[in-house]
Amino acid sequence: MAEFFHRKLERTAIGFVLAIIAAASVGGIVEIAPLFTIDETVEEAPDMRLYTPLELAGRNIYVREGCYACHSQMIRTLRDEVERYGPYSLAVESQYDRPMLWGSKRTGPDLARIGGKYSDFWHVAHLIDPRAVVPQSNMPAYRWLARTTLDTADLPLHLRAQRRLGVPYTEAMIENAARDAYGQATPDSAFADGVAERYGAATQVRAFDGVATEVTEMDALVAYLQVLGRLTDAAYRDTAAAGEPPEPVE
Amino acid sequence: MVAALTSAERQSAAVILLVVALAGLAMAILGGTGPLGVHGVLVMLFAGALVAVVFAGFYAPEPTEDRPTRYYDDPIKVGIALTMAWAVFGLFMGLWVAAQLAWPSLAFDAAWSGFGRLRPTHTTGVIFGFGGNALIATSFHVVQRTARARLAGQVSPWFVLFGYNLFCLLAVSGYLMGVTQSKEYAEAEWYADIWLVVVWVTYFVLYLRTLARRREPHIYVANWYYLAFILVVAVLHVVNNIAIPVSLAHAKSYTVWAGVQDAMVQWWYGHNAVAFFLTAGFLGMLYYYLPIRAQRPIFSYRLSILSFWGITFFYMWAGSHHLHYTALPHWVQTLGMTFSVMLLVPSWASAGNALLTLNGAWHRVRDDATLRFITVAAVFYGLSTFEGSFMAIRPVNALSHYTDWTVGHVHAGALGWVALITFGSIYTLVPALWQRQRMYSAALVELHFWLALAGVLVYVFAMWNSGIVQGLMWRTYTEEGTLAYSFLDSLVAMYPYYIARAFGGLLFLLGALVGCYNIWMTVRAAPHAAGRAADAPQPGGAAAVAGE
Repeated sequence: MAEFFHRKLERTAIGFVLAIIAAASVGGIVEIAPLFTIDETVEEAPDMRLYTPLELAGRNIYVREGCYACHSQMIRTLRDEVERYGPYSLAVESQYDRPMLWGSKRTGPDLARIGGKYSDFWHVAHLIDPRAVVPQSNMPAYRWLARTTLDTADLPLHLRAQRRLGVPYTEAMIENAARDAYGQATPDSAFADGVAERYGAATQVRAFDGVATEVTEMDALVAYLQVLGRLTDAAYRDTAAAGEPPEPVE
Repeated sequence: MVAALTSAERQSAAVILLVVALAGLAMAILGGTGPLGVHGVLVMLFAGALVAVVFAGFYAPEPTEDRPTRYYDDPIKVGIALTMAWAVFGLFMGLWVAAQLAWPSLAFDAAWSGFGRLRPTHTTGVIFGFGGNALIATSFHVVQRTARARLAGQVSPWFVLFGYNLFCLLAVSGYLMGVTQSKEYAEAEWYADIWLVVVWVTYFVLYLRTLARRREPHIYVANWYYLAFILVVAVLHVVNNIAIPVSLAHAKSYTVWAGVQDAMVQWWYGHNAVAFFLTAGFLGMLYYYLPIRAQRPIFSYRLSILSFWGITFFYMWAGSHHLHYTALPHWVQTLGMTFSVMLLVPSWASAGNALLTLNGAWHRVRDDATLRFITVAAVFYGLSTFEGSFMAIRPVNALSHYTDWTVGHVHAGALGWVALITFGSIYTLVPALWQRQRMYSAALVELHFWLALAGVLVYVFAMWNSGIVQGLMWRTYTEEGTLAYSFLDSLVAMYPYYIARAFGGLLFLLGALVGCYNIWMTVRAAPHAAGRAADAPQPGGAAAVAGE
């Protein structure tokens, strides 16, 4: 009977196409659509702050260099992972992440909570020459980041695109994006104060690459790495391994 | 290739290329000195080179009247050449990045040649460059022969083939400049993605129109798989790549999906790219070239039906097994795991159907390296689908995820299944297309087979070892209840396996180079065979078949 039916189906290309579409759509619809409507999918985190323009620029460098190929940003709900990397990751922690960078492979360690674990100086030295800091490392060197001036002019466009997708950047944040990026890495400049004003007192304003007169791609990337896992304390409040977030190293 | 087109078709080809070149010009103007501008120039050069080819043959004599009585094989021939070129490129990039993991100084301290930028050139090069061209070329061959009708377009097959390769070129060159969405296996940016949609819709229409011309009442099983491949990949590609660019002058875009939803959409895409690109399409290849080469009919029609609909339905649920123990809701993980295990039934039905087809032809498997390529591919298909279902089980995944075991699994599928079935199909196809009696050298096919098999085995065993060692080291505790190894300890333990893996990749690349030489010499020097009289479309034009 089924075979008889199939022999009929095989005789019409359009019918076959429709049958394929029908069979192939069910799984995706059932698994993906509810993720947008079920409240429990993403937790509440009222203290969650946004990426500053400098951190967003740093994130885009992380994306550009394909760091996700070797580093995950997703601590699984397994004892050894929580003990090695910190509280397991919550969905809310990546709610503004486009794309998400959960990764699929750990040639290097997970970075979901790397922020504050090492000093800026360590990160800069490590990115310039990983083997100078960790002799057995197989990570590529990113020497040129410290030499490359960060392109800040387009940052308002980036924030605007993000806002169009639902990230709550204000008009003031968008207008001042380039100045804020500069200010966050030059603590003595006139632009430094506005950053904390717009993004919160917890924002880290300092010369990430050690040079306070120029904003480089190194500044941006280190600023991003130093904020990873620190946009909200939700993971320390709600999970099995709750506790105080550790004091950051600068 | 231009000589086979009428002057009207030559004109429309020129017009299409002009439009493409203008799009490139617009990109170049908007993008300025940024990567979008560079890509605009690349598009203009690509279109310009093809315009030169069209104009060189523009005033050649018109094709003869009997054109519709022959199959349209020129695009297939070019497609095979491109397949082999991308194989060499993609495998070489794979070897390079593998070597970088063992010897990181091989990045030469430049921005474009770091692991993170090169790795997607390898994955895109082999999956889309090598695999995609192989699928397009063989689908053009299979649909014509099984429909007994000529392709339903003269210019559109070229548009599909060259348009697709332009996409691959934009993708790969973009990664070197840092243009990437960092979405695994969907790294290409928005403008390349839009271009691929145009190409893909053309491909789908061409395929359907050719099927509509068929002189056989039934659509042969290989075409079911090619159809599913074309259709579902289109859906996956569009949904996963919806993004808004920073501006029309920027290569960079932001995806509409964020966080956990992005993760689910990405792995729904990622896993089904494996299912419908790397499995369905290549099963289409298997269902045609295996019976041809073994000279045996497919063992069971019913198993074909079962496995086709099982794969089409079950696979789409399985993607969430990439997200076990993550912030993805538990119920979605459980669904993904359950369907991944059930997927073993249709997968083994396909593999079993292939191997049972060989009953009565095992002596050919022994003597004919080409058939052995196809046979071993079916075995690897069975093994890696079993391994995939196994790794999707949550506690197993706890050990395997994030480790090289996943990498080993992917390569058992990509090298053992996809690449071997492709080489077997190409060795069947090349003598038939160029009307040679046989491949130039059977000994070289044999050599390629053993290099490839040794390469896969070395690779997969190295990655099994490294993955399991790594996973175990991460979760080993001391008697005092503290973690026994630092992350660095686990990395140091990987180096011997990374060297072994690079060696396996080298063997596989050498095999592909031997294959290129053999194909080249077959076209150049193998003895000519008279075309088989039956290898022509059924006369009668596009008349309707009963029931259509």
